[in-house]
Amino acid sequence: MHDHSKSSPLKTYFAVWGSLLVGTYLTYKAAFIDLGPFNPVAALAIATTKALLVALFFMHLKGASERLLKLVVVSTVFFLIILLFLTMSDYATRPWSITA
Amino acid sequence: MSDSQAVVPASSHDDIHSPELLHHFATPEQQRNSSNLGMWIFLATEVMFFGGLFCAYLIYRRWYFGDFGAASKSIDALLGGINTAVLICSSLTVVLAIWAAQTSRRALLILMLVLTMLFGLTFLGIKGKEYKDKFEEHHVPGATFSFEHVPIPGHPDQYAKPEHAQIFFALYFIMTGLHALHMVIGLGIFSWLLWMAWKGRFTPEYHTPLEVGGLYWHFVDIVWIYLFPLLYLIDRHP
Repeated sequence: MHDHSKSSPLKTYFAVWGSLLVGTYLTYKAAFIDLGPFNPVAALAIATTKALLVALFFMHLKGASERLLKLVVVSTVFFLIILLFLTMSDYATRPWSITA
Repeated sequence: MSDSQAVVPASSHDDIHSPELLHHFATPEQQRNSSNLGMWIFLATEVMFFGGLFCAYLIYRRWYFGDFGAASKSIDALLGGINTAVLICSSLTVVLAIWAAQTSRRALLILMLVLTMLFGLTFLGIKGKEYKDKFEEHHVPGATFSFEHVPIPGHPDQYAKPEHAQIFFALYFIMTGLHALHMVIGLGIFSWLLWMAWKGRFTPEYHTPLEVGGLYWHFVDIVWIYLFPLLYLIDRHP
C-alpha cells in the first residue's frame, strides 16, 4: 500500500523543494523577457510543472494505490478543464463578443 | 476523528488495537484512506471554487488585455515572488513534519510545525504590505479608486481605462483575499496540529491529521503557484 518501508524520502523532498524554487525564479525572469505570445505559455507551463511536483511528491499522488482517490483527482482536473476550456472557446468564437 | 468512543470486541479484529481506530473502520489503513479520500473530495470542491474565479479572470483578461497589463505592472512583482518562495518553503516544512512523525522525532515535528506557521505568517505579512501599498495608491476598487494616465505596456501613447483596470483590481483583491483567508484557516488547523503534536498524539502508526492538514496546505500552495504569474506577471517585459 503506502510505501513506509522506503529508506528515506528526504532526498526527494529537498530535490522537489529546490526545483520549485528554481521554477519560481524562472517564472519571474521569463516575465521580463519579450517572448511575444509565448510569455503566458511559458508562465503557465512552469506553473503547471510546479503544481504537478507539489501534487505528485508532496501530496503523495505518486505511488497512491487507492483507485477511488485517483478517480477523484482525475475527475477534478476533467471538470476544471470543462469549466475553463468550454467557457473560453465560447467567448473566443462568438461574433458579438467584446474584442476591444 | 480524534475521539474514540467504542472499544471493539477483540473477536472482530485480529490486528492491533490502536486507540485511534474508530469502531466503524475495520483497519487503521482503511480509516487513514477514508480520511485522505474525504480531504481530496473537499479539495475537488475547492478547485471548482477557485476555478470559477480563474475563469472570470481569463474572460476579462482576454477582453481588456492592455488594461490588465498596466494594472498588473503596478503591483510589486518582487514581493509576490518572495511570497511564492516563502510558501514553497512552508510546503517543504509540512512534508518534513510528516516525516518526523513517521520516524518518531517529536522535537523535529514540533519545530517543523512552528516553522510552517512562521512561513505562513510571513506570507500574510508581505501580503499586508502589498495591500497597504494598493490602499495608498488608491488602487482599491470603490469610490476613491484612481488609475489615471497609466500607459498600456507596449503602447506608451495609450492610457489604460480606469474602469477596466478596476476590474483587474477587483479580481486581484477577491482572489488573493480568498487565498489569504485559506492561509488564515490553514494557520488555525496547524495550531491545532501543533497542540496535538505537543501532547504526543502522533505516532508512526497514527498521524492522519498531519497528512490531511498537509494536503490542505499544499493545495493552498498550488493555488498561489497559479495566482503569482497570472496576477503579477501579465505584461512585464520592456
